[in-house]
Amino acid sequence: MTDQLILPGRRVVRAGPVSASVPLRPVLVTVLALAGALGVAVLAVGHGEFPIPPATVWEVLTGGGTRIERHILLNLRLPRVVCALLVGVALAIAGALTQTFARNPLASPDVLGITAGASAGAVAAIVLGGVAGSLGVPLAALVGAGISATLVYLLAWRRGLDGFRLVLIGLGIGEILRGFISWVLIRAELVDATRANIWITGSLAGRDWSHAEPLALALLVLVPLALAATIALRVLAFGAETARGLGVRLQRAQLFVVVIAAALAAVAVAAAGPIEFVAFVVPQIALRLCGGSRPPLLASAMLGALLVVGADLVAQIVVAPKELPVGLLTAMIGTPYLLWLLLRRSRKVSG
Amino acid sequence: MTLTTDTPGRTVPKRLLGLLGLVLLAAFAVLLSFALGAQDLHPADVWRALVSPDGTDATAVVRELRAPRTVLGVIVGLALGVAGALIQGHTRNPIADPGLLGVSAGASFAVVLAIGVFSVEAFGGYIWFAFAGALIASVLVFGVGAGSRDGPTPVTLALAGMAVSALLSSFTSSMLVTSPETLNVFRFWIIGSLSGREIETAWQVAPFVAAGLLLAAVNAPALNALSLGEDVARGLGQSVVAARVAGVAAIMLLTGAATAACGPIGFVGLFVPHLARLLTGPDHRWLLPFSGLLGVTAVLLADVAGRLVARPAEIQTGIVLAVAGAPFFIWLVRRVRLVQL
Amino acid sequence: MNARLRGEGLHLAYGDLTVIDGLDVDVHDGLVTTIIGPNGCGKSTLLKALGRLLRPTGGQVLLDGRRIDRTPTRDVARVLGVLPQSPTAPEGLTVADLVMRGRHPHQTWFRQWSRDDEDQVADALRWTDMLAYADRPVDALSGGQRQRAWISMALAQGTDLLLLDEPTTFLDLAHQIDVLDLVRRLHAEMGRTVVMVLHDLSLAARYADRLIAMKDGRIVASGAPDEVLTPALLESVFGLRAMVVPDPATGTPLVIPLPRTATSVRA
Repeated sequence: MTDQLILPGRRVVRAGPVSASVPLRPVLVTVLALAGALGVAVLAVGHGEFPIPPATVWEVLTGGGTRIERHILLNLRLPRVVCALLVGVALAIAGALTQTFARNPLASPDVLGITAGASAGAVAAIVLGGVAGSLGVPLAALVGAGISATLVYLLAWRRGLDGFRLVLIGLGIGEILRGFISWVLIRAELVDATRANIWITGSLAGRDWSHAEPLALALLVLVPLALAATIALRVLAFGAETARGLGVRLQRAQLFVVVIAAALAAVAVAAAGPIEFVAFVVPQIALRLCGGSRPPLLASAMLGALLVVGADLVAQIVVAPKELPVGLLTAMIGTPYLLWLLLRRSRKVSG
Repeated sequence: MTLTTDTPGRTVPKRLLGLLGLVLLAAFAVLLSFALGAQDLHPADVWRALVSPDGTDATAVVRELRAPRTVLGVIVGLALGVAGALIQGHTRNPIADPGLLGVSAGASFAVVLAIGVFSVEAFGGYIWFAFAGALIASVLVFGVGAGSRDGPTPVTLALAGMAVSALLSSFTSSMLVTSPETLNVFRFWIIGSLSGREIETAWQVAPFVAAGLLLAAVNAPALNALSLGEDVARGLGQSVVAARVAGVAAIMLLTGAATAACGPIGFVGLFVPHLARLLTGPDHRWLLPFSGLLGVTAVLLADVAGRLVARPAEIQTGIVLAVAGAPFFIWLVRRVRLVQL
Repeated sequence: MNARLRGEGLHLAYGDLTVIDGLDVDVHDGLVTTIIGPNGCGKSTLLKALGRLLRPTGGQVLLDGRRIDRTPTRDVARVLGVLPQSPTAPEGLTVADLVMRGRHPHQTWFRQWSRDDEDQVADALRWTDMLAYADRPVDALSGGQRQRAWISMALAQGTDLLLLDEPTTFLDLAHQIDVLDLVRRLHAEMGRTVVMVLHDLSLAARYADRLIAMKDGRIVASGAPDEVLTPALLESVFGLRAMVVPDPATGTPLVIPLPRTATSVRA
């Protein structure tokens, strides 16, 4: 069958009852980013005091290799790399969803109260101990994120959810929490303050399967839901009135998008700390690479994975044998690239 | 006929009255700042200490301790309030704050360098580092904004600001996580506080704030034209680039000076312009002074509250502003629909 | 015919995309000139260049014999007003506030509200029948009122020349007539020179003294409406088969599109 309607830059795919018009550029970006992320992941798994060449990595993954190689790869290095990939995916999607929902390129999951809430929970666990301390840092972070996000929604809900109001209230809650964090930090012992500061920066050091598994399970549920949300988002991006005109059940769609974004950000932050600016930078980079009017979800996800896993590898190399928190490197690598894109060809974008 | 502007409460006389009210409110905050603290003083004692100083404790408290922070509070509040209104006007983004152009991040990085590399220990020593950092960062941001194909539009400015800030704060963090000693000093600076500063600090930054306020005043009519869209502004004979350069320079001077003096005090510049806009509407000729005066009141009240809650210890101005200002802001957001720019 | 505003050898482009290459145009003084042409023919681009909102990549725009890009923009703004397509006002701005901003080029930092400013703003509001709405927020107005408010702002600017880019977009027919009547009165009673871009050909013919028809960045025809609007021109410029008959109400040319195929009309 020939396609009667030719859409430039798109290819129409029809197979039985399934049909879609596929934009070519985003697909290309997504595939390249995925390949890049996997390639870097193999390098990252091989990197360390006991270097393992890619060929051996492949052997081990397919069931071969010596016992030591298997132990180092599967128990020590792989969980960290998996964490990096998944955290990147989760933060990038959360960022893309938030920026589209709020129609503001400055919005990131920070404005949903996630980052500040998680940081406050973690800092409380590290410095104050008590109930928060007994939970352990990741769980305290998750609880903190949950409480602050719920607070933001409850306060923002007033006969419906308004993107602008949500963003402003999220900023307000975030400000209170940041005040709390500063207050705790200047009262803390220097050792605790340093530990807390590293957590706030975002680090993947020492992550094992107990971090990676819950994260993977959460993403297994959340990512398909996020993709489903894009269908609503495509219309939401036009603004509330147009969306209603196009038949989207607005409140439900908005709530859905916000909750998914918050949950994604929360699980990522609980696992690795608020790795800085992935959620802000990656969707904007993806948008500029793919074109279009809103950050593309899948391309963002793959670029996020690439950025975090790459940054974590660099973080282990630059000051070896010590290592830097990955959160530093994501900003150092991601933002110059965004700046370059801004300078190269800037487009009018409202996220 | 006399054509008086617009909605009830926005006529010129009423706006002048509103301005007067805000001046009185700010003056009241100044009085509180002199009178209250670890030791409460009667306003008459404050007056005596200021006009005819004698050797009493009251004189010492007023002149040595409270005068510097009060003067700083006025300068910083004015600067941040006006800068906040300017940045929200120029980026047409209601969640922009004066630190957006990289000023706070630039100042922070410079201060970390001062502590970590040059071993500067006193707050007074950070001023020029912070100011230089703020200026360099915001020039960089404006350069990126102007260098992009669309020129310095609201979106490119905001994005460039976010990006440069992110980059600089990652440099800052990398110094902090590798050097606990630097963190130990820096964590006190980053909060933002009026306390522990000498009166010289105020006089050092005052000229820059004055220059920034002057530029802001010149920028107000241009910003009014720009708010109708760049094409309409050009049609009205307004040079868009000139207006943007003047605006960014004003924001840079005001925020840079305030940050240099007291560390990054963020939230004031975000919520005060919204309050001012509620009172006086979208005319920047009124919005800027309203916002500045509200900024003074907010900063001073926060500082006074910080002295009172934990007497005789104190809580830093920046923390009080966050913890008390944000709930007020949330209440405001819930009660009235804030204007989207 | 005198022309205070002229374009000579204009080359206009957005980035690498050339829209107009080598175009000469005269805006005849004291007339209402309407630019017509199919979508994408460069009519708005030309208007922007005439209003110095777009810098030509070649050629020049002359205002009173001086190159417009070398004249201080404020001086230009006292002679030439431009109203872009569907402009937006910040939320909460009142009609009076908006119209007052039209006085921007006449104000200095010290002289923000002179007697002259006040008279001009009041006149502009009265002219457009917006006096009653002066303290309403612009975003609360209907489309037609909003457009009148913006025209009022352009009027308050007090310029002899006025460029309007599609002043009737998004308006229903009655409001289109409203706005165009206003433009006509501007010309008749105040002697202003107006250039506008319009899509409705019959309305363009009815309200313009002079039509400029454009296609692919070139001027195909210009002159009085009944000379320009011919079936042959409609066919070549718009690819439209049409009859042109005298408007029963005004005698100006009225364009009646012919059905393309037998099935495209009800039997």
